Amino acid sequence: MQAVGSPTGADEARLVAALRAGDEAAFVELLDCHHASLLRVARLYVRAPAVAEEVVQETWAAVIEGLDRFEERSSLKTWIFRILVNRARTRGASEARTVPFSALASADAAAREPAVEPERFLSRDHELTPYQWATPPRGWPEERLLARETIATVGAAIEALPESQREVIRLRDVEGFTAAEVCAALELSEGNQRVLLHRGRAKVRAAIERYLDPEVAT
Amino acid sequence: MSPILLRADDLTCRELVELVSDYLEESLSDDENTLFEAHIAGCDGCSTYVEQIRQTIRVAGRVTEDSIEPAARDALLEAFRGFKRG
Repeated sequence: MQAVGSPTGADEARLVAALRAGDEAAFVELLDCHHASLLRVARLYVRAPAVAEEVVQETWAAVIEGLDRFEERSSLKTWIFRILVNRARTRGASEARTVPFSALASADAAAREPAVEPERFLSRDHELTPYQWATPPRGWPEERLLARETIATVGAAIEALPESQREVIRLRDVEGFTAAEVCAALELSEGNQRVLLHRGRAKVRAAIERYLDPEVAT
Repeated sequence: MSPILLRADDLTCRELVELVSDYLEESLSDDENTLFEAHIAGCDGCSTYVEQIRQTIRVAGRVTEDSIEPAARDALLEAFRGFKRG
């Protein structure tokens, strides 16, 4: 249900110890946390869904085998995704997408795209307050924010984003990766990661506003 | 890393909304950060916008991912058991 977030050092050490001891519940927890996102990230590197599945299966096998060698210098999540990306890139040599995700992401990040529709602001020539809000956002009722319909609206808005923004916002905000973890998993620069996240969040905010406060939304 | 050149006495609302992620990611310079916070302290529209981006992040955290297929889960669990047995 909840975003996984980045576990604290103590939680992580406990999880790693449980996995090494062969604790099946701990392994299932790990699968539930990461399998779906591993699959999504694999698909960014290899085109065929079946190959992406295979890459993820191989990644889990390597995780199981490598657990005793995992040195806890990086987080467990970062380590798992590094294994995935290495394998996916190797497979990508024959299965490569026509445009690699990182190239697509750089191009998307370079394009200009305002966070808020320009019509929401006064014009540059306004005599007193140029570029201030003409139609400012209004507060949202807290009780509607976490209603199932609002969450569904957000889920749909994320799905409708361009791929590069969608994958960054999924990992960061849906799954609770840190910025550094996303940069590593998607091979993005920090700057591009932030720009894509910024655009994605701005569009999702606008979708919530269209749903909760259609009078002001553009 | 900010895309916009800031003048010390003048950050417009239209500029501010483009700095929200840099602000939340704590990647503004100290001067930019001061300017940003001074602006939202005096601007209802912008403080609401920043709050709405925080709320957007919170709602996104409630969106659920597809979970692993039971068959795939069982196969991986079997591999995990096998490895630990020896």
